[in-house]
Amino acid sequence: MTAAENHIEVRDLRLSYGLKEVIHGISFGIRRHEILGVIGPAQSGKTSLLRCINRTIDFTPDTHVSGTIEVDGEDVRKVRSVYALRRKIGMVAPLPVGLPLSIYDNVAFAPRSAGLHRRADLDAIVEQCLRQAALWDEVKDRLESLGTKLSGGQQQRLTIARALSHQPEILCLDEFSIAIDPVTTMRIEDVLKELRKHMTIILVTNLTQQARRLADRTMFMWKGEIVELDTTEVIFGENPKDQRTRDYVEGIFG
Amino acid sequence: MFAVRAAKRAPWAVVGEKIIEALVYFCGFSAIVFVLGIFVFVFKEALPIFAHEQFSLTEFLTSSDWYPTSESNKRYGVFAMIVGTASVTVLAMVIAVPFGLGAAIYLSEFCGQKTRETLKIVIELLAAVPSVVWGFIGLTVMSKLIVQYTGTPVGVNVLNGGLILALMSVPIIVSISEDALKAVPDSYREAAIALGVTRWQLVWRVLLPAAKQGLLAAVLLGVGRGVGETMAVLMATGHAVHIPHGVLDSVRTLTANIAAELGEAPAGSDHYRVLFLTGVLLFTLTFAVNLIADTIVRGIRRK
Ligand SMILES: Nc1ncnc2c1ncn2[C@@H]1O[C@H](COP(=O)(O)OP(=O)(O)OP(=O)(O)O)[C@@H](O)[C@H]1O
Ligand SMILES: [Mg+2]
Repeated sequence: MTAAENHIEVRDLRLSYGLKEVIHGISFGIRRHEILGVIGPAQSGKTSLLRCINRTIDFTPDTHVSGTIEVDGEDVRKVRSVYALRRKIGMVAPLPVGLPLSIYDNVAFAPRSAGLHRRADLDAIVEQCLRQAALWDEVKDRLESLGTKLSGGQQQRLTIARALSHQPEILCLDEFSIAIDPVTTMRIEDVLKELRKHMTIILVTNLTQQARRLADRTMFMWKGEIVELDTTEVIFGENPKDQRTRDYVEGIFG
Repeated sequence: MFAVRAAKRAPWAVVGEKIIEALVYFCGFSAIVFVLGIFVFVFKEALPIFAHEQFSLTEFLTSSDWYPTSESNKRYGVFAMIVGTASVTVLAMVIAVPFGLGAAIYLSEFCGQKTRETLKIVIELLAAVPSVVWGFIGLTVMSKLIVQYTGTPVGVNVLNGGLILALMSVPIIVSISEDALKAVPDSYREAAIALGVTRWQLVWRVLLPAAKQGLLAAVLLGVGRGVGETMAVLMATGHAVHIPHGVLDSVRTLTANIAAELGEAPAGSDHYRVLFLTGVLLFTLTFAVNLIADTIVRGIRRK
């Protein structure tokens, strides 16, 4: 597969916070409609990588980024509208952040901000996204109550619904399951399998088995470098190329 | 490992804790005692006026005739001063609230680190200016400017008092609002930004709603300042007992009236008692403002 066909193309990406470089020139591509699992121990730069892709890194003062990230062949640093870029990318944070709004308003937030105000359109989007996030049945009777009053797992699904509300082409999930129970996690995993048909998914996870279950390819990051990126079968199989990969997925690492 | 379970706290630590607890209780309750005490003493001084058959509470509240030292026909109506206080406060808030909130939003969301530090120092300096000095500025600088630009004969009026009060309330509104905005968790900002909103949409749709309690508190403290401020408005508003027909009319406020006349009213005289009754009225007004504020805040919280 050539580079042009990749949905996201990262070339020699370097990132430093102040003087500390935390991503040391990584290059890789993400294919259209694949789930790319990203695994790696704490501090390896996974979250930082996601923040570079949707440019929320811009809001951390004193950061320096070099290299390029192309989404649909367009350099994210040179896009005409950074807001349009961010709407192209859905982002789910490790801990659910319910905005202090009603459930409905949480999901309708991005469409409204983008200028959509017809109630019927909003209703349709809210319902569709809540259904996609497997939350609709639980909240359909109380859409007007505060999003922050839901349980942790429900809130996480609400943030997923919200991330889907601007109809992104790329969905980034950053350790989405650390605050939720295994049953809900499984439900969301099923949702992700469904969503793969419509979008490219980057799944950052501390649960290596989660990557194994879901990812088409898996990338192992360590200390701001890519140790190995290959199909999930290879990474979790008998013969990954790097010894560290095997150690990490077998839990010997660190 | 078992040492923790076996350990006993020293007796002085236990006693010390009890003492601190008692002290904290005392501090908490003393607030109530002080407030009640002030109300009781002020009210006690005012009370005997009700024994006079000439005195009518309705007249006190609704008449604009204030002739406390007239030989033949003493009249005590503070309506003009109620209007005076209200007009100066409202004008001050109309200016100070948008200005203060705007400055707070700029400080917390839009400006760089260095600018913020500098501006905050300047704003704190502004808050430290004593009110007499503000009054002085109103009386000299501001009044000249008003005469120059509006052509009105007297520069001490509602506009002057409102501007001075606004200048005095802005620093309070700014610093409390800025704290309220800063207290909104950064995760909200990041979550909203990731959804593709502009900075302005972030402020409007997320930060202001999330910080509304603190912002309301800021505004009300500003109002409180407006209603309660004495020295500056005494000097800047012209001190005329008169229902204003525009911002260029002079007025007298309730506070200024008390400050100016209490020294001359013989203790125990009707005049003296009516001034205390004005105090009770002020007290009731601020109490009502606080109560309304509290209800609003609680309503917001419940939602
Ligand atoms: N805002 C920040 N300011 C300074 N340094 C930061 C900031 N955010 C992250 N870092 C540093 O960047 C490095 C990578 O952090 P990052 O959060 O990307 O790691 P991660 O792989 O997501 O870790 P985890 O698995 O714990 O979430 C860490 O050393 C961290 O200390
Ligand atoms: Mg992380």
